[in-house]
Amino acid sequence: MELGVYSFGSLARDPQSGELVSSAQATRNLLEAIRVADEVGLDYFGIGEHHTPEMPASAAATILAAAASVTENITLASAVTVLSTDDPVRVFQQFATVDALSNGRAEITAGRGSSTDSFPLFGYSLGDYDKLYAEKLDLLLAINANQNVTWSGSTRPALHDAPVVPRPDAGSLPIWLGTGGNPSSSVRAGLLGLPVSYGIIGGAPARFAPLTELYRNTARANGMAEADIKVSVGSPGFIGEDGKTARDDFWPHWHNTMGVIGSQRGFAAPARLSYDRDASGTGALFVGSPEEIAERIVALHGALGHMRHFFQMDFGDMPQAQLLRSIELLGTRVKPLVDEALAEAAGQPTGA
Amino acid sequence: MATIGIIGAGKVGTAIARLAIAAGDEVLVVASPGAQYFEQIVALTVPGARAATLGEVADAAELTILAVPFGKVDTVSLNRFNDAIVVDASNHWEPVDGIPAILHGADPGLSSSELVQRLHPGVRLVKSLNHLGYHDMDTDGAPAGAANRRAVAVAGDHAAANSTVAAFLDRIGFDAVDLGALAAGAVLQPGEQIFGRFVQREELAALAAGRELAA
Repeated sequence: MELGVYSFGSLARDPQSGELVSSAQATRNLLEAIRVADEVGLDYFGIGEHHTPEMPASAAATILAAAASVTENITLASAVTVLSTDDPVRVFQQFATVDALSNGRAEITAGRGSSTDSFPLFGYSLGDYDKLYAEKLDLLLAINANQNVTWSGSTRPALHDAPVVPRPDAGSLPIWLGTGGNPSSSVRAGLLGLPVSYGIIGGAPARFAPLTELYRNTARANGMAEADIKVSVGSPGFIGEDGKTARDDFWPHWHNTMGVIGSQRGFAAPARLSYDRDASGTGALFVGSPEEIAERIVALHGALGHMRHFFQMDFGDMPQAQLLRSIELLGTRVKPLVDEALAEAAGQPTGA
Repeated sequence: MATIGIIGAGKVGTAIARLAIAAGDEVLVVASPGAQYFEQIVALTVPGARAATLGEVADAAELTILAVPFGKVDTVSLNRFNDAIVVDASNHWEPVDGIPAILHGADPGLSSSELVQRLHPGVRLVKSLNHLGYHDMDTDGAPAGAANRRAVAVAGDHAAANSTVAAFLDRIGFDAVDLGALAAGAVLQPGEQIFGRFVQREELAALAAGRELAA
């Protein structure tokens, strides 16, 4: 099973000065985090496009292109690209460039994104939300299928046999559909023949099992090959040496982030009590010791059959050293435990 | 056993539908226009419920949950729901929804549910189930009398409709707090203290009353 990290490029607080780092430094921190993730053997790093002063990773492909030059094996992905407010031609060109520079390690996850800051920034209307997403996804998939593209729609000028380059050596880029769990999105992924990536940020992740089944059924009915029917999961997570310390260390950052988002969206920040519930057992926050997190990933794998699980760790001003330590523990401690448990499970006779 | 209609099979609609099935109600779920594989969606995400048309729901449902995003409440035709009890579970979240068409030229003093009521004047609208997240719906329901039972408010201009919705809430696992008129439901909106917070009956009533006293 693949394990990894995703980030929105959140500003870290410098523990010495007590100040938040600059957005430029946050960008360099993000590159360092990708390099460390690759070094410790993680499989995946995703950057979620955001356009806020607190989360300045607005140009994911540019950061990933830099990462391509300083990493060896890790998949370099968007998680997600806010496709509705971007030009699919440009998105493809940028990620195909990352793919070339990384020798075939680029992926795109296309999604709506949970924030809508990019709509006014690029001059789009939220009233066109559904149409923009559907059309731009259609165009992106058309570009991925053929170098020369003929396409017309209402959200972008038409293309007539237009070459879109560079082309990936593998022929096409892996493009995932990102969703927060609306059932129709799982259907859409299956109908489009795409792998699906679930962002699960609350509730009990195992409750996504019916959605994965919905996706797989739709994909099979649509004629997708079994090997292409893939599910990945992104979750908030943080790993420390022991469970209690991890939960105590992560709490102020989680509370801080939820407080900021809550004040923007009109809900109260979570109480410690509900945090402790969410950060254990079957909850959505994968915060704990390497052993706890490995066990929870394996348990969720039993419910969802996902082939990749990646974690957002850098919430609410988390110092860079803390983030890097958590990434290191995910690679060096959690991954071997997960591999071992899944190998053991696979080795057992059926019905055991 | 009652028949419950659910308009919208998204995250909120399917969560409420599951609670209603668990409570033993018959549940009819109506798709968004153009939805594909809808019977499959219902079969897997709300086992026991049935995919239905708006007309079937209008004929059969004791109450109907309007579980579509606030920006899309004007796309649902409720002509056949005259006098029917309709629960508005939507919220206007400007950072996410922007300014949808329903708000253009609207009186800024009105709550989102009052706008929904004006849009659909024939229905008996009850604001409820908007102030807790869909994740919480799956996890926070509890049997009547449980010490940690979460409370959910109802607000509507028809006392009998409020009572019907309150009884539904009790069946699906929540203590109902009747705030009275639809306009009183303004205290349940995003940005208010009740929104998104785990509250029990007394606390919900106190928070709602406090807001009214301060106003």
